[in-house]
Amino acid sequence: MESLILTIIATSIPLLMAATGELITEKSGVLNLGVEGMMLSGAVGALGAVLWLENPYFGIIAGAMSGLFMACIFSVFTINFMTNQVATGLGLTIFATGLTGLAGAPLVGKTIPSLPKIEIFLLSDIPFIGNILFKQDLVAYLSICIIILITYFLKYSKPGIILRAVGDNHVSAHSVGYPVKKIRWYATCFGGMCAGIGGAYIPLVLTPHWSEGMTAGRGWIALALVVFASWIPWRIIVGALIFGGITIAQLVGQARGWPIPSQILSMMPYLATIIALTIISSRISKNNSVVPASLGKPFFDTQ
Amino acid sequence: MLKFCKHIFSLVALSASVLFFIVTNSFANPTKVGFVYLTTPGDHGWTYAHELGKQMVEKRFGDDVKISVVENVPEGPDATRVIRELAKQGNEIIFTTSFGYMEPTLKVAKEFPNIKFEHITGYKRSNNVATGNIRFYEGRYIQGVVAGLMTKTNKIGYIGAYPIAEVIMGINAFAQGLRSVNKDASISVIWANTWYDPVKEADAAKVHIAEGADILAQHTDSPAMLQIAEKNGALGFGQSTDMSAFAPKAQLFASENNWGPYYIKKIEQLKNGKWNTGDGPDHWAGNEWGGISSDMLKISKFQNMPDEVAKKAQEALSGIKNGSIKIFAGPLVDNTGKEIIPAGKTLDDGALWGMNYYLKGVNGKVPG
Amino acid sequence: MITFTPRDKVSNSWTLIGPILSIILTVIFGLLIFTFLGFDPAETLYQIFISPFSRIDRVSDIFVKACPLIIVGIGLMFCFRANVWNIGAEGQFIMGTLLAGSFALLFPNVETKLLLLCMFFVGFLGGALWAFIPAILKTKLNVNEILVSLMLVYVAMLFIDFIVRGPLRDPMSFGFPLSKPYSDGALINKISFPGIGYLGQLHYGILFIILLIPLAWVFNNKTLAGFQINVLGSAPKAARFAGFSRERITMSVLLLSGGLAGVAGVIEVSANIGQLQPEVSFGYGFTAIIVAFLGRLSPVGILFAGIIIATVKLGADNAQMTMGIPKVVTGLFEGILLFFLLTGETLQKYKIKWSWNK
Repeated sequence: MESLILTIIATSIPLLMAATGELITEKSGVLNLGVEGMMLSGAVGALGAVLWLENPYFGIIAGAMSGLFMACIFSVFTINFMTNQVATGLGLTIFATGLTGLAGAPLVGKTIPSLPKIEIFLLSDIPFIGNILFKQDLVAYLSICIIILITYFLKYSKPGIILRAVGDNHVSAHSVGYPVKKIRWYATCFGGMCAGIGGAYIPLVLTPHWSEGMTAGRGWIALALVVFASWIPWRIIVGALIFGGITIAQLVGQARGWPIPSQILSMMPYLATIIALTIISSRISKNNSVVPASLGKPFFDTQ
Repeated sequence: MLKFCKHIFSLVALSASVLFFIVTNSFANPTKVGFVYLTTPGDHGWTYAHELGKQMVEKRFGDDVKISVVENVPEGPDATRVIRELAKQGNEIIFTTSFGYMEPTLKVAKEFPNIKFEHITGYKRSNNVATGNIRFYEGRYIQGVVAGLMTKTNKIGYIGAYPIAEVIMGINAFAQGLRSVNKDASISVIWANTWYDPVKEADAAKVHIAEGADILAQHTDSPAMLQIAEKNGALGFGQSTDMSAFAPKAQLFASENNWGPYYIKKIEQLKNGKWNTGDGPDHWAGNEWGGISSDMLKISKFQNMPDEVAKKAQEALSGIKNGSIKIFAGPLVDNTGKEIIPAGKTLDDGALWGMNYYLKGVNGKVPG
Repeated sequence: MITFTPRDKVSNSWTLIGPILSIILTVIFGLLIFTFLGFDPAETLYQIFISPFSRIDRVSDIFVKACPLIIVGIGLMFCFRANVWNIGAEGQFIMGTLLAGSFALLFPNVETKLLLLCMFFVGFLGGALWAFIPAILKTKLNVNEILVSLMLVYVAMLFIDFIVRGPLRDPMSFGFPLSKPYSDGALINKISFPGIGYLGQLHYGILFIILLIPLAWVFNNKTLAGFQINVLGSAPKAARFAGFSRERITMSVLLLSGGLAGVAGVIEVSANIGQLQPEVSFGYGFTAIIVAFLGRLSPVGILFAGIIIATVKLGADNAQMTMGIPKVVTGLFEGILLFFLLTGETLQKYKIKWSWNK
């Protein structure tokens, strides 16, 4: 049971990281459909860095930097050139799939050391809970810290309130004098770094390999998670665990001989997202404050 | 005496063919050979095994062959185009090395009746399409023997790619080996529904271990399962090629696919005009299906196991080689208790390819 | 520092220059990347862009490859014109194929091509049904169509996988995930040219494009429905004042694009595969999004765009065969191309001014 829960947590963390980043990006009014591509580049960047420097911690940094690189491309086009965000995001994912395939070709078959577990003094000795919560790796702790920080950031800090203002109405935010484009740049870059770390986690912890397109749609799930969580940070944790749980449950079901076809079980996360979207959207139509109102709209800077 | 005569005969035939080969080749142009790969070869797994076979061909024939390889060909309309392209480029024999190339290979073969096609692991043949395959299940039997002697929890975790006959007969052979030494152990199967997805294979391995398995086996391609086993103190078997570099403490042994002899044989046949598709275009006998005895399946070094286990494994290996062990000999009972065949009979090749049930020792039922 | 000022009128010259310039820039960028990675740039360029035209049967294979892209692209064109973001064409393609394929397998011994005709309708229905889910959710509950249509792609992939491995598996396939082969009536034949024979895979499915493109053009430019779609997309407020029903238009474009994706699936499978298998689409639904944009959301443009993208895809195959360049590079080209195209779209609406003093 314990090791099953650990497996579920490990499966959830890439989703958690990427979705958290995307939440901040969307709060600023940018819809980034390139998360999948950013995760892929994070994965390949991390693998390359660890092979080169032989220290898994550099993998986290390299993952973040690769994600950041993709975020910069995305920002230049969507924010500065005001291109359509949906199309640019898709383009970024396609671009990154190609680029990582090319860059990853020499990495096929190479294997790297995993990210070590860090035991937290005393707390890790608590039976059961200690093993599950306090013997995790750096990225796992980091992801929870980020969730706590951005909850505080969005609710109480001044920059957080400005970020939300930009996302809700960029025209009035601009007229008050906030630098809309700059803020969106920061938010997108933050999102890219988180997605990159999420992608890096896959080779660093889940399986120390490169294979083309190894994120296998996790970036899209991260996008769905943000909506699933209705832009409230702590709910991403719940959503990510549900997603991870279903992924693993499908395998456990097979090992135990449950009579449900594995494909049907695999469909569940996607169907659950659609249902959650529907419920949230019907609630939104009554109270329009959840979705950043400027989400997906390019901002034209009248000078 | 009869056997001795056979040996003499094959020796004569061999030297004759070598002589013929030398004579013909002092004048001939290099034979153009094409290979279609499913993925990039990398350094482990299915395609890498074919790459090793290709290298043996190069070593054997040197300048007498000219080889073109296309990697990463998806199984579908793209394959048809790629195979046709190889045919147009003048390749005289084309090896298509994945099951999904079956229909594309047949389609192109129809358009190029003078070119020979070799489809690996398929079951449809035509006048110029032959098929070749390896009796992978023979290695699985030995895996079962080792697993049965090594397991402490009596739970074996098996990761299968797709519930197709080839994989199912491997699981059943594993079960036969397992039960020959340990009647209490049983096998749980997780289908990955992919040949190669390290993340999914790793997840499946973790779940098996969490469910109590201490020996893992796989019929998928990546070394991810072995790496997870290594990390968690479990043991397992390598797939297609030796994977001990990935899991030096976890790999018990690997069943290695050895395509080289088959390729060399078929190219030689082509060179001296003896190429054929076996007996009858749509019968199992037309399939070249080699195993341990014909050296197409090799067993890597037995390691990470006590000497007495290695000894038993060696016995199983030589038993299969000399034919004293019949893996699917009756009485066979499936895992619901239904009799498959009575004592005294053995499943023939056709029946193996019709397997859609688990034998005793495997939990659950075949999906679909 | 770059500044943008809106143009009074959308620049017409940019409509044509944009795509051409984008292609040129993409080629330059691609070459830079290849040079950086140590491949001979001239040879790469030849393999990717020229070699697909080097033989007549290769040229015909370009059309074969472009066929599904163009059909799906035309469907998406209607959606994107109306500002409806259907990015789940891949799933609609699969469901259309699956439904039509299951239908075909009900008639194992039919010779007449009437069966094929029926499959077109069933395929359209299948794709449209799959698009109906995001459509109804969008129009009734205002659920984001991007995410719903995308999630349904994964559901469709798993669903066809389940069907082909389970209920529709051919008992004679030795457990391999393949359906029974279609009967002759369900197959699209290859075109046999007098005196030449077959040209690559060129098949009669191509005729559907020749039919579709003028129809789409007439629909866009000469019908009220086409007009309404354009107004809704470019000026939603004006559409509301004019009393166009946003719901109805959204619903129709989604159904239409889903249906066309389904038809594309029928053609692809009936012409090239001839039976159902777990993978039928190979990313056509996603690539068609780029085709639609590259074609500037116009039918003729999409025709050319489909041909260009198909050329790059075949060229990448050749590059892999001769030079060992992994063929995922097509994604690289597609992505860069899309970036430039979208930038071109901005330049169509805004004047650009460079100033160095800030």
